[in-house]
Amino acid sequence: MSGALPILIGGPFAAAMVSFLFTGAIGRALSVLLATASAVAALATSIEVMRSGVQIHALAGWGAPLGIELRIDGLAMLMLLLTAGISLAVTTFAAGYLKGDAQPHFWPLWYFLWGALNTVFLVSDIFSLYVCLELITLAAVGGTALSGDRIALSASLRYLMSAIMGSLAYLLGVAMIYAQVGTLDLTQLSGRLGSSWSSGAALSLVTAGLAMKTALFPLHFWLPAAHSLAPAPISAALSAMVVKASFYVLLRFWFQLSEPTSNQLAAHLLGALGMAAVLWGSVQAALQERLKLVVAYSTVAQIGYLFFIFPLFGGALAAGRSEWAQEAWKGGIILILAHAVAKSAMFLVSGALLQTFGSDRISDLKGAAVRAPLTLAAWGIAGISLIGLPPSGGFIAKWLLLTTAIRQEYWLYVAVLLLGGLLASVYVFRVLWHSFLTPEEMPSVSRIPGSMSISILALTVVLLLMGLRPAIPLEFTLIGIPLPAGDLR
Amino acid sequence: MNWNFWLPIFLPLSSLVTALLILVIRENQHRLRTFVNLLGATLKIVMVAVVGYGVYTQHAYEARMPLSLTLDLVLRVDDISLLFLALSSTLWFLTTIFAVGYLEGSPHQSRFFCFFSLCMTATMGISLAGNLITFLIFYEMLTLATYPLIVHRGTEKALRAGRIYLAYTLVGGAVTLAGTAWIHTLVGPTQFAHGGVLAPLAPTHRHQLQAIFTLMIVGLGVKAALFPLHGWLPTAMVAPAPVSALLHAVAVVKAGVFGIVRLIYDVFGVKFAVSLGVLAPLSWLAGFTIVYGSIRALFQHDLKRRLAYSTVSQLSYIVLGAAVFGASGTIGALAHLVHQGLMKITLFFCAGILGETWGIHGVDELSGIGRRMPLTMGAFTIAAFGMIGTPPMAGFVSKWYLGLGGVRAGDYWVLAVLIASSVLNCAYFLPIIHDAWFGKSRQDSVALPQRRSLVVPAAETSLPLLLPALVTAFMSLTAGLFAGSHFSPLGAARLITERMYAP
Repeated sequence: MSGALPILIGGPFAAAMVSFLFTGAIGRALSVLLATASAVAALATSIEVMRSGVQIHALAGWGAPLGIELRIDGLAMLMLLLTAGISLAVTTFAAGYLKGDAQPHFWPLWYFLWGALNTVFLVSDIFSLYVCLELITLAAVGGTALSGDRIALSASLRYLMSAIMGSLAYLLGVAMIYAQVGTLDLTQLSGRLGSSWSSGAALSLVTAGLAMKTALFPLHFWLPAAHSLAPAPISAALSAMVVKASFYVLLRFWFQLSEPTSNQLAAHLLGALGMAAVLWGSVQAALQERLKLVVAYSTVAQIGYLFFIFPLFGGALAAGRSEWAQEAWKGGIILILAHAVAKSAMFLVSGALLQTFGSDRISDLKGAAVRAPLTLAAWGIAGISLIGLPPSGGFIAKWLLLTTAIRQEYWLYVAVLLLGGLLASVYVFRVLWHSFLTPEEMPSVSRIPGSMSISILALTVVLLLMGLRPAIPLEFTLIGIPLPAGDLR
Repeated sequence: MNWNFWLPIFLPLSSLVTALLILVIRENQHRLRTFVNLLGATLKIVMVAVVGYGVYTQHAYEARMPLSLTLDLVLRVDDISLLFLALSSTLWFLTTIFAVGYLEGSPHQSRFFCFFSLCMTATMGISLAGNLITFLIFYEMLTLATYPLIVHRGTEKALRAGRIYLAYTLVGGAVTLAGTAWIHTLVGPTQFAHGGVLAPLAPTHRHQLQAIFTLMIVGLGVKAALFPLHGWLPTAMVAPAPVSALLHAVAVVKAGVFGIVRLIYDVFGVKFAVSLGVLAPLSWLAGFTIVYGSIRALFQHDLKRRLAYSTVSQLSYIVLGAAVFGASGTIGALAHLVHQGLMKITLFFCAGILGETWGIHGVDELSGIGRRMPLTMGAFTIAAFGMIGTPPMAGFVSKWYLGLGGVRAGDYWVLAVLIASSVLNCAYFLPIIHDAWFGKSRQDSVALPQRRSLVVPAAETSLPLLLPALVTAFMSLTAGLFAGSHFSPLGAARLITERMYAP
């Protein structure tokens, strides 16, 4: 355990340095090796968590509240595994996707992002979380600007500004909490935040800041441009992991720090914004002409579903039904995982199509079903998960959220869950529809490199397996989640 | 190895493996692909026969895999699933042969047969599903696997049909999902069981249950083409003939009807459904759809569209039988589930042969074709008379029991519906048959051969096209002639009904 941790954090950062200093073949091979080691470490850590529950590690022997404590529970473990899996796929894809001159800038940024993501899921005090979120932002903004053209630069600048705004709000909230309670450690903070006016204000600031970084409607304005203009591998990581990192922090605040039953009104506000996000994002996605913008707006919509977890969970606890709350919690976590895998697959597919067809306009995709059948099949499978159709991870998530919503008779959420799926099917199938059209002359396209196809296919297989054997991730969502209702083990 | 566990898994899995194998077969390896296809289909029939014998000797086949803590994926063979399994595996085998002949020389065959086998996987799953969630999973899978088959030709028209198909079926799927989730929240994980599982909830949940029943019927009614949810079916006619044949006989529409049968008998329980007062409105809707479909069929000039509206009408016979309380209605519904499949697939095979061999698509182009293609039109005539319900055809047997069911339940209007529909059936089938046999032969210049390779001097069309049509015509004839036997569809339906109404 303690052996795996340094590799988990240090591996990607070391890889970033190596790939920055040595751009040759050896440097590349070494950096890949280091990064892969961190993925293996993530697996080893997960096995440890499965065997013996929550893992706690004090850095340099100094535990909380003096030093920095690393804490891995079921949620952190799933996020680490997810990061490892998607990062491996993205790395493999990028090796085939990137052309010569883009590479020296890409790899250091990418490994840096990977390392920052690993770290955010490990630390357990609210200030270190802030630092990690900033590290992620820096790498993500840099990645967005990689192509270097004017639109990408302005999009990344907007992204930077929004993210910093969010961070400042978060930091202010953290400062208020520290002033009030005198500790930063999540575990020690748990239950000690009263329901005073100032703690409410602090939590609101934190929530608003994180909602900005997660791109919850109507704070999503920076996302579509940033996610669609980044190079495809970066887009995949942005939509799959980066927005989830801030959402992960938000989950920690809401379920570990505060009493979920006490602020049901705020929870419903988040839920309402989530519903608006689902409808607005899906409709926008259906109207876009460019493939990557479709995928980016779809992220806006899918993020909306994630926010359903707050009212569903809080409502279940308020009704005294902790087993319903568990279902809502599980549904939310599975949705994070399923969306991350599906969305990264979709961005990688868009990248592959962009490269082989020379355009990511949907209307230029005629004949793609014949020329790139496997890639389009991957799009279809990822789409099935986003719509919430079986067999896929997305279906399980939707089922859990849907049954919880019906049980609490939250009919509006039920309606949006169903309607959102139908709207998603419009933008998913619109792409397939164009690709099935037979053009007058078949486009002559270059072959998609093997590394790109393999990473896309691996992601879709994971997605299907999540739908067929969801019991495996579902069991781990509950490990060591110190939910305020003590009966949630 | 525990066969009782593995056989229900192998049944859908063998089609899935076939689909994946076809995916790796190169486009031009026709013989290999045909071999894999037929091997898969044959294996399936053998397995169904084994399972059938097993059920006969009181084996219980069940595979249960946990999806989550409260959800199980259950594949299980009971009497109703066996009926549907036997029908779909037999017709699939024949349709595969037909499709091989039909698609000969056309592009993208690997894609076609891959999704064709995926459809079969989904249909197997639907028939084996032991609870609602499993049913729903395969039901949605069928929706998705059928889409590439409908848009197979890649023309604007095909894609438009595909879009309409998806719009209807995905909305239907979402509504079914809502109903299923609602049932799950009320009674937890359930299993299909004759007599239903919801009865303990009454009377406190009466209105909720009525709402759920309505939701489920709306959801399933899309695929079952109940009025006014039938709009996608006639449009989907642009699909290649083997796809239409499957769509109308076994796969998609039957999935909807099968779901309704499951819903009424194994989820709600027929007696409980009657007490909720939900079956009578359903039977009225079905009765209306029967007449409506027949009238619309009368005004179609495209042969396949006429057959499509005829399907809309015929499917509702099954729904009507299921919704009219009483053993006779149930027998009629279950028997017609099989009979309609046999007759309709024959008609579509013939329509496909006519279109592919002579380029005939309109009902007014058939003049004298019977003399040129006696075997094809012979098969067509047998199936059409079956549809009309002339004794001793299969259709007569189902209509007899349906009418009996109506009378026994005191719903005399059922008889009126049946008679009206039969008259309309005559009106839209008999002119075709008359024209084909006794009409004046047309000049060859008007109906040009579509594919010269098919017009061989020795036979009227290529064997892979003709043979399946003859076999299904023969089957629909014998299903009626030997209806009294235990092994006929009617015999099976009676056996199932006996168990359903057993106290």
